[in-house]
Amino acid sequence: MPAQPHTLSAHDPLVTLEDVSFARGARVIFDGVNIEIPRGRITAILGPSGGGKTTLLRLIGGQLAPASGKVNVFGHDVQALNTAELFAMRRRIGMLFQSGALLTDLDVFENVAFPLREHTNLPESMIRTIVLMKLEVVGLRNARNLYPRELSGGMARRVALARAIALDPLMVLYDEPFAGQDPISMGILVRLIKKLNEALNLTSVIVSHDVTETASIADQMYLIAEGKVVESGPPAAMKSSSTPAVAQFMRGLPDGPMPFHFPGVDYLTDLVDGVSS
Amino acid sequence: MIEFFAWVGRRSLAFFERLGRGTLFLVQVCARLGFLLTRPSLTLAQVWAVGVQSLVIIGVSGAFVGMVLGLQGYNTLVTFGTEESLGVVVAKSLCRELGPVLTALLFAGRAGSALTAEIGLMKATEQIPALEMMGVDPLRRLIVPRYVAGLISMPLLAMIFTAIGVLGGYFCGVGLLGVDEGAFWSQMQLHMALGTDIGNGVVVKSIVFGAVVTWIALFEGFDAIPTSEGVSQATTRTVVNSSLAVLSLDFVLTGLMFD
Amino acid sequence: MKITRTMEISVGFFVSLGLAALLMLALKVANLTSFGTTDGYRILARFDNIGGLQERSAVKMGGVLVGRVTRIDYDSDSYRAVVEMKIDPRFREIPVDTAASIYTAGLLGEQYVNLDPGGDEEVLAEGSELEITQSAIIMERMLQEFLYSKTAKDENS
Repeated sequence: MPAQPHTLSAHDPLVTLEDVSFARGARVIFDGVNIEIPRGRITAILGPSGGGKTTLLRLIGGQLAPASGKVNVFGHDVQALNTAELFAMRRRIGMLFQSGALLTDLDVFENVAFPLREHTNLPESMIRTIVLMKLEVVGLRNARNLYPRELSGGMARRVALARAIALDPLMVLYDEPFAGQDPISMGILVRLIKKLNEALNLTSVIVSHDVTETASIADQMYLIAEGKVVESGPPAAMKSSSTPAVAQFMRGLPDGPMPFHFPGVDYLTDLVDGVSS
Repeated sequence: MIEFFAWVGRRSLAFFERLGRGTLFLVQVCARLGFLLTRPSLTLAQVWAVGVQSLVIIGVSGAFVGMVLGLQGYNTLVTFGTEESLGVVVAKSLCRELGPVLTALLFAGRAGSALTAEIGLMKATEQIPALEMMGVDPLRRLIVPRYVAGLISMPLLAMIFTAIGVLGGYFCGVGLLGVDEGAFWSQMQLHMALGTDIGNGVVVKSIVFGAVVTWIALFEGFDAIPTSEGVSQATTRTVVNSSLAVLSLDFVLTGLMFD
Repeated sequence: MKITRTMEISVGFFVSLGLAALLMLALKVANLTSFGTTDGYRILARFDNIGGLQERSAVKMGGVLVGRVTRIDYDSDSYRAVVEMKIDPRFREIPVDTAASIYTAGLLGEQYVNLDPGGDEEVLAEGSELEITQSAIIMERMLQEFLYSKTAKDENS
């Protein structure tokens, strides 16, 4: 396991992306992105849907390799790690997937116990204690015998969160934690993320397009659009930003620098073409 | 004309690409087989899902195939007055061909498609990326136990199918049509060889088929496009490709084994 | 998937069922019990013509299966076919003056070696050779002889 290297002091950012580019086929998803994730804080990465925000988390987790640039996690270049080191690094990162991604053939208890069983040789009694503790944090201790199909979307995400923190990670990555949630479960999740970050001394990265919720708990925000970081800063500064793209996204205006229409042929030209041919 | 050649070229390139990826997948799976020694209980659960769950369909099909063989064999043999050879006809065709081949086809439809759908859906619902992010190798944790379970279950199922089939033929021939019981068994024993008919026929063929069908099923699942449409296409491909593979391999194996 | 006791039991049942099926195929279908490949003693016999006899063809005595043909060779010194048979050790007491002939089971059936026991005190042992042999009946030759004798008779009369 790559221990905390001595080069990484307490004030250095936990994760840095230096000039990262990434393309899927001909589609450029990132074009020279620079991001720093400070330790112990909640960093939010905002952007319109389909803007490659999930790709960003996969780059951090080493599931994808950047075309150019460098991804540093815990002071290591992710691309330079071998498979064993990469897997060891991932054990110190918890990730909450958009759908929860619970293992459907295991019940809630076994899902949370899964990383413990895979990576530790703890006795059964110890595993039970840890699992119940984690489930208590997310308020689902009494749902431990349910199967994922019996859970609501919000509950599944909370179980997945309990699983993500089962091994006491250094950092938790959240992929669209608020998408498709009713206001109550959204509120629960917002408070949970905030509470966990403080109580467990975590570092959190939230990838989202829900501006209000994210802004209410984030310490630092990045806005990504068309493969570039448009602006970054604390939520208050972002909200009052005068940059048109930022203003459009933060206030949810339909049209602006990020166009409402899918780029292509002009409407009038298209209509005329149809008549003439 | 040019388009046709271009089409043929594209299709062959695509075929070789998939074959290459599939082979690489198999090599990666085989390299991780040792992992099972530390977690044998994972295989147990999969033998249950792949083998035990297929038992009913295999048993029922075996009984009916054996009975049909008894009936058809009797009708043909009785014209030559050699209905005593019914036991040989039933046992030989079951052990050499029908037992392993039909079991493999049923196995592809019952267990293979279920494996593809399961793995494909795990991919579609982000369970496989989640395993990777938890630092768990999905090939080791998900694929290897299922592969070994397929390797174990398929020969066992083929043996059960063949044995039940012989009993079905016995029931139909001796019980219903009145072939002499002693002649049925003694003629069979006279002409059946343990090494060729049972060893090569049932055992070796079914091990080969099990390895191929499970490989195709797991590869298609693991390689599926992670959408509901992609998973359904992958499931279809599993059944089609493994059936074709079983039938063509059967021809090759028969040529090699029985001269 | 959680492993339950029922699952363990059913997997155990499944595996034993499969092995039982193999056992049944080996014993009941291929009749492993009567002749192992290692058991028994070998005897030899030379025939002018063995017809359609093959390896693994049956060796019978009074209609009872006592052994199998294990090897067929051609002896270029005596210009005769050499048939090696393995006899089940249960049938130890076969006299040395036993005659071997190649018969056909039924009209179209398989050919097998039939042993007609003689009256000698001495019995066959490993590697013994049967002196009295009768070749297979070849259908074409029989027809030929029949037609020849018929024409000869016609000419005489």
